[in-house]
Amino acid sequence: MTEMNTTIGKPISRLEGFDKVTGAAKYAADHHVPDMLYGYVVNSIITKGRITKIHTDEVMALPGILEILTHENRMSTAWFDIQYADMDAPSGTVFKPLHDDRIKYNGQPIALVIAETFEQARLGAAKLRVEYKEEKQHATELKSNLERARPPKPGMAFLLKPPPPKPTGDFEKAYQEAAFRAEGEYHHSAEFHNPMELFASTVLYEGKGKLTIYSKTQGTINDQTFIANVFGLKYQNVRVIAPYVGGAFGSGLRPQHQLYLAAMAALQLKRHVRVVLDRSQMFTFGHRPQTLMQMRISADEDGKVTGLNHEGYGETSTYEDYSEILVKWAPMLYPAANTLLKYDLVPLDVATPLDMRAPGGSTAFHAIECTMDQLAYQLNIDPLELRIKNYSEVDPLENKPFTSKELKACYLQGAEKFGWLDRKPEPRSMRRGNKLVGYGMATGMWDAMQLPARVEARVTPDGKLHIKSAITDIGTGTFTIMTQIAAEQFGMAMEDVIFDYGNSALPFAPIQGGSFSTSTVGIAVVNASKALKKKLLKLAIKASDQFKSADVGTVSFIKGNIVYGDHSLSFVELVAANGAKPILTRNMGYPHALKLRKYAMAAHSAAFVEVEVDEELGFIKVTRALTAVAAGRIMNPKTARSQILGGMVWGISKALHEETLLDPAMGKYMNQNLAEYHLPVHADIHELEVLFVEEEDKIINELGTKGVGEIGLVAITPAIVNAIYHATGKRINDLPVHFDKLL
Amino acid sequence: MDNFDYRLAATTAEAQQLFSAGKGARYVAGGTNLIDLLKYNLADADMLVDINQTQPAVIKELADGGVRISALMTNAETAYHPLIEQRYPLLSKAILAGASAQIRNMATNGGNLLQRTRCYYFYDAASPCNKRNPGSGCPAITGQNRMMAILGTSEHCIAVFPSDMCVALAALEAVILISGPDGQRTVKFEDFHRLPGDHPEIDNILRPGELITAIDLPPAGFSKNYAYLKLRDRSSYAFALVSVATGFELENGIIKNARIALGGVAHKPWRVKEAEKQLIGKLVNKETLGTAADKILQGAMGFEHNTFKIELAKRAIIRNGLTALKPELQLPGAQPADISML
Repeated sequence: MTEMNTTIGKPISRLEGFDKVTGAAKYAADHHVPDMLYGYVVNSIITKGRITKIHTDEVMALPGILEILTHENRMSTAWFDIQYADMDAPSGTVFKPLHDDRIKYNGQPIALVIAETFEQARLGAAKLRVEYKEEKQHATELKSNLERARPPKPGMAFLLKPPPPKPTGDFEKAYQEAAFRAEGEYHHSAEFHNPMELFASTVLYEGKGKLTIYSKTQGTINDQTFIANVFGLKYQNVRVIAPYVGGAFGSGLRPQHQLYLAAMAALQLKRHVRVVLDRSQMFTFGHRPQTLMQMRISADEDGKVTGLNHEGYGETSTYEDYSEILVKWAPMLYPAANTLLKYDLVPLDVATPLDMRAPGGSTAFHAIECTMDQLAYQLNIDPLELRIKNYSEVDPLENKPFTSKELKACYLQGAEKFGWLDRKPEPRSMRRGNKLVGYGMATGMWDAMQLPARVEARVTPDGKLHIKSAITDIGTGTFTIMTQIAAEQFGMAMEDVIFDYGNSALPFAPIQGGSFSTSTVGIAVVNASKALKKKLLKLAIKASDQFKSADVGTVSFIKGNIVYGDHSLSFVELVAANGAKPILTRNMGYPHALKLRKYAMAAHSAAFVEVEVDEELGFIKVTRALTAVAAGRIMNPKTARSQILGGMVWGISKALHEETLLDPAMGKYMNQNLAEYHLPVHADIHELEVLFVEEEDKIINELGTKGVGEIGLVAITPAIVNAIYHATGKRINDLPVHFDKLL
Repeated sequence: MDNFDYRLAATTAEAQQLFSAGKGARYVAGGTNLIDLLKYNLADADMLVDINQTQPAVIKELADGGVRISALMTNAETAYHPLIEQRYPLLSKAILAGASAQIRNMATNGGNLLQRTRCYYFYDAASPCNKRNPGSGCPAITGQNRMMAILGTSEHCIAVFPSDMCVALAALEAVILISGPDGQRTVKFEDFHRLPGDHPEIDNILRPGELITAIDLPPAGFSKNYAYLKLRDRSSYAFALVSVATGFELENGIIKNARIALGGVAHKPWRVKEAEKQLIGKLVNKETLGTAADKILQGAMGFEHNTFKIELAKRAIIRNGLTALKPELQLPGAQPADISML
């Protein structure tokens, strides 16, 4: 069967771009219906203790207030903890808003004020007096509570986030005897999710036990099953719709409490209800955990790594064990005979942390690649040369080949394009005016994953192809890319392909995260397309004698026609031949687990960064950054480039700006707004370049894709820190690097 | 945020009448700070008296060679006005280093003088704060205090006054024109804002019902040798950790008149006239500026997370003083200039 390669690999603009920039795209809080009620969340202002009294009567007397949901008057919800477990739930007991009088963290939702207007609800929430019995003994800071550290509890989460590999060799001995050693301690404060779109749910009450929900989410079916399970509704009576998501980055992998509360209010009051979290309330749920890491690397005379020791402590809550893959990366990248890896959790009085773009990886590579940089200086060799010396074609950890690994090409092409060779090796040796100039580089890695998904492919009487999946598009380009894949499968124009998505009523898709959506849904699109082609061929054979001897190997699909030699039938004719009934098929896509078990799978990157540092004032500017990426086949260079650029900007943010300021005495974060939670502004972002190196992967999946959602972030932060060291001779391992630390 | 009445006043007198007639009235002009405070439940108002139409938003030349800026002119209009750009470029630079373009388009000059601190604890209605709730305490002293003051603090408050514009106005020795129930008065800029002392809840000397109507700039604009430098955690839309406004009048390289004001370090723009006086008759160089900096920073005291400000302020004073020799080297956003070519 021949296919025209018409769309995959082309830099096609987002299909919904126009709707998004003109405001036509409706997000979760943009769906208006008559007689809708508004809920506003009230948050705990203590960190630990109990609620003793909520003065609801005072607020109920205010105009427009209809109800105040609290632990005292909420409807009953599911009995068993397991019924609250969403697709991304770690082991432990899921937090249930308004469950009882206990306060587990500062900012915990404790009531929902429901009113006729948003303003009335907000005022009511502000006026609600709550009395507490406060426990002053609480712990919210990782660094000062390390004595609580313990390994993560086993559970379902271990499937996707296994515990660290066992030690190999004898690290301590190897380290002591090594010719060269480097070590560092690395600290990350919490980072909070602040996508542009706030968390919002508009819940339409459609009669007894039936809800239609517009929600901000990364998983329509995840939210649907969660709500159905928690409130005892039939799955088919809960529909979650989320075609447009204004950024999510992991924050929508779990149903957030606005959804829970809005659904509860709708069911309890039998009314349509909307709940939107305000910006400061974005700091009241999951976040990238505070993390402390110790990294030691030893090398022999030739610069070959002999020992790797990576130990990490991550913050979690008192009720769930959120874990990350933090310490497996170094031995997966650099072969070493002696490895010692450890990962512990420190339970604190905080909300359970939550996946945030490249969870674990973006934290881990800071430690790995900054310690490697230090080692390069000890060895007195170029940091890039050290990487090449320790390059491994296989995954040394499990001694498996990679399905593909073009990291060396990332190093070499990236270095060439960046002009890495112009770098003078000595720190503080490059200058521009009164600025010190530094070059830094680092490696990045991210698992290439694929999960099962189901897709429907359907040809309608007008000859158009409809592809359906419950998957969201969180701004990644999924809508466009799935349309491209289907269009290519059928040699059709993209305008003739309609991708229907972002709706839990559509065929199953998992949560959208981990850079696995393109592979996961893409392969299901391919499989459904193949099955549909067979059906179309069958119909063609039935409809026309000229197709009698045709088979899947001899027909082709071109612009909405099935073509066999000189003969062709249009899809319109085929549907007509089908008695005007749409031709459809539903098929699964899943990874070839048996085959893939023999391989390691990862996307790789190399980042190169130039910084200027004002020597007297410490002022740091990332003047240039380049990321070379090997992530298999790039489906759409335009949306993929956007993904990498976004990751790079985030990397700059992590390295230099983003910081949540914890007050451990109060147990709360103090800069809960975008004026003081500093994300970079345009003036902080200068020349950014993305280079996709050729990487053909015939093993990983039929499309040869690995995903690009995470990989752009991983390497950039350590590259910046290394560049700052090269510029100034100062190594700052506490992120963000405040410029005053360079004074 | 509670409901409030809204009244549009046609004249200053009408505004003051409305203000004194109703309880809990507040004046509003640009609203860029007040509306935020109301939304965060950090301020109350039963009535907002809109003063935007009480006088034309203009700049007038004064007989003595100075200029008078309307309190109701926006920060952006002021910064880009030819009279300001040519004669008071220091003011222009300082304004443009502040906030964001959107905020500068809304915010007025009078309001800029009256903005509240950005202290994290002040901004969190659930936290104790002596400025917001006198007597409740100051968690910033032992808490997150990276942005807080190093000069003029009290045991009750270490908050910083966040304006950039006012740092330049302090250096330029502006005069504030005030209209109130008891008539008109003028106040020297240095006397307008106050230190926290025992009453951190009071930011300035404005009395209830009084309105700032205009800001007068004296003739000396330091337009030949001036510079504004702002050091912060990102390049725009962040408050100064340290900022410096510097102006010199030079004759053959010798200082005839010097002004140095610091922002981001105290409850008001910080000036030490004695330090400026000591520069007169001297050359502008690292040594003379360093001596002045030491004098300006005398008594500075850091807290757990902001001690760096003392050294940073000294270096900033030196750099900005040298930049003032060649103001064209200044960069957008008041970033540190490269003065290696001097």
